[in-house]
Amino acid sequence: MDARVARKRKRTRWRKHDTELTLLALPTTIWYILFCFLPMFGVIIAFKNFKIHGNFINNVFNSDWVGFKNFEFLFKSNDAWIVVRNTIGYNIVFIILGIAVPVALALMVGQLHSRKAAKVYQTMMFLPYFLSWVVVSAVVWAFLSYDKGIFNQLLSDVGRDPKNWYMEASYWPYFLVFMNMWKGLGYGMVIYLATITSMDSTYYEAAVIDGATKWQQTRYITLPLMKFVIVLMFILAVGHIFSTDFGLFFQVPRDSNSLYNVTTTVDVLVFKQLKTATVGMASASSFLQSVLGCAMILTANWVVRRVDPDSAMI
Amino acid sequence: MSTQTSYESGLDKFNRIGKTTNLFFHLLFILLALLCLIPVVVVLSISLSDESSIRETGYSILPTALSGDAYSYIVKQGSMMTRALGVSVLVTAAGTVIGVLLTTSMGYVLSRPNYKLNGLLTWIVFIPMIFNGGLVSSYYINSSLLGLKNTIWALILPLAVSSFNVIICRTFFKSTIPDGLIESAEIDGAGQFRIYFTIVLPISLPVLATIGLFLCFSYWNDWFQSLLYIDDQNLYSLQALLNSLMSNVDALARNASTMGVSYAQLVATMPKESARMAVAIIIVLPVALAYPFFQKYFISGLTVGAVKG
Repeated sequence: MDARVARKRKRTRWRKHDTELTLLALPTTIWYILFCFLPMFGVIIAFKNFKIHGNFINNVFNSDWVGFKNFEFLFKSNDAWIVVRNTIGYNIVFIILGIAVPVALALMVGQLHSRKAAKVYQTMMFLPYFLSWVVVSAVVWAFLSYDKGIFNQLLSDVGRDPKNWYMEASYWPYFLVFMNMWKGLGYGMVIYLATITSMDSTYYEAAVIDGATKWQQTRYITLPLMKFVIVLMFILAVGHIFSTDFGLFFQVPRDSNSLYNVTTTVDVLVFKQLKTATVGMASASSFLQSVLGCAMILTANWVVRRVDPDSAMI
Repeated sequence: MSTQTSYESGLDKFNRIGKTTNLFFHLLFILLALLCLIPVVVVLSISLSDESSIRETGYSILPTALSGDAYSYIVKQGSMMTRALGVSVLVTAAGTVIGVLLTTSMGYVLSRPNYKLNGLLTWIVFIPMIFNGGLVSSYYINSSLLGLKNTIWALILPLAVSSFNVIICRTFFKSTIPDGLIESAEIDGAGQFRIYFTIVLPISLPVLATIGLFLCFSYWNDWFQSLLYIDDQNLYSLQALLNSLMSNVDALARNASTMGVSYAQLVATMPKESARMAVAIIIVLPVALAYPFFQKYFISGLTVGAVKG
C-alpha cells in the first residue's frame, strides 16, 4: 500500500525532471507545431476564395467562404477522372508487383550457394534506391532521347524508324511501372530477406529429415512464416493508395504534355495547380488527398489491429 | 543473420538447391544487378565522352572517344557549379546535425516512462503520421507565414524531423538504455540535459548513425524543396542545378567567369551534353561510393520500420 501511495504521488506531482524534459523536447515540439500542425489548420483555405498576395494570416481570415465551390470546379474539370484513375491504377499495379517480385527474389537470393555473391548482388541492386529522381530522369533521358538516345540507336541498328519516346503515351505505363520496380527492388528485398534470415533454422532441419524438398520447404515453411510481413506491407501500401511518388510521375516523363493522360497523378496535379496559381482547385485537391489518405490509413490500421494487435499504430 | 553461421554444416550442404538451379539463379541476379548498375555507367560514360562524338553518334554505353572536357569546363568556368556544390554540402551537413538533435532529443524524452507530458507529446509526434495538411497548405505556411521562400532554411527545416525516425529513436532508447543507468545519474544529481548529452548520446551511436544516414541521404538527394521554394539561382543545390540543366543546359554558362569570351561564344563552345551528365556524376559518385559501407545501418533502420511502421 505504501507503493501505491508513492505511485499516486509520483503521478500527481510535477517534478524538476519534468521541467527539464519539457525544455529538451521544446525545439522539436515547436518544429511540429510550425511544420505539421499549422498546415493542418491551413486546409481551411480549400473552402475559401484565397488570395495569394499579402499577409498570410490576414488573407486566411479575410478571404470569403465559398463552401464547396472549389471542389465543384475540380470535379467539373476533365482532370478529376484521369487523375483518380492514374493514381489508383498505378498504385494497384505497384502494390501487387512491389510485393510479388521482391518476395520471389528474396527467396531466390537466400538459396544461392555462395553467401558472398548474394551479398554483392544485393548491394548492387540497392543502388537505384539511393539515386534521386532528378538523376534517374537524366538516366532515362540518355536512353529515350529522340536524336541521341540509346533506344533509338538500337532501333536504327535493326533498321526501324526512331521513335519520339516522350510523345508516345502508350509506352509510358510500362516505363513508369518498370522504373518504379527498378528503384524499389533493393529496398523490398532487404525487408523480406530480413524476415527470411531471422527464421528458426530448426524448422528446416526437421523438414529435411522428413524428406521435404526445397520447394516444399518454401511452400510450407518459409511462405507461411512470411505471410505476416507480407500482409503488413500490403495493408500499409493500401493505406497510401492516394499518394504517389511525385518524382516518378513528374521528373521521369519530363513533364511532357503529350503524356499528360498517363502520367498525371494527384500529386502532379496539385503541384501543377499550385505553380499555375489556381489556388482554389489546388487546395481542394490537396485537401481531398489528405482526408482520403487519412481515412485509408485509419482503415488499414484497423485491419492490422484485427490481424495482429501488436503491429497496429494506434 | 545468426542462422547462417552453421552454413557449412552437413545438413545445410545436403539441403541445397541443385547445381543447375544455382547457376540459373546466379545468371538471373547478374542480369538484375547489371540492370541496376548500367544506368550509372551510361551517365559516367556520357560525362567522359567527347562532345563531337556525342553529336555524331549519340549517347552510348561505353564512350567512343574519351575526353575530360566536361570536368575541366566545370572546374574552370563553373562558378555556378561550385556554388551549388557548396549549397548541397552546407544543407546536408547542417540538416543532418539539426535533424539528429531534434529527432533524438524528442525520442529520448518520449522514452522516459515517468515523464508527465509523455502522453501529450506522443500524440504530437503521432498525429502527423496519419493526417497532414497537404502540399498547398504547407507551401503557403512555409513561404508566406514563415518566410522561408528563397532562403536556405527552406531546404533544411521542413525535412529535419520525421515521426518515423523519432519512433525508431524512442524504441532504441527504451530497449537498449537501462533505466538504472538514467536513475543513478539522476540520483547523482545530473540534470536531464546532461544525461542526454553525456550519457545517452555517446552510448547510442548505432541509432545516431542510422538516423544520421537517413537524413544525410535525403538532404543530399532532395530536389523537391528547391523546386518549391527556390527561384534564386544562387541558392540552387546540385540537384536543383541538374534539374534546371535538364531543360536548359545553356544555363551552365551563366555566371561563368567569362574572361573576355562573350556569353554566346561560351554557350557555343561548352561541352553541353557531357557537362550535364558530369553534374549528375558529381551528385551520384559520393553516394555510390558511400552506401555499400553504410548499408548495415540503413538496413537496420529499414527493418525496424517494416515491423513498426
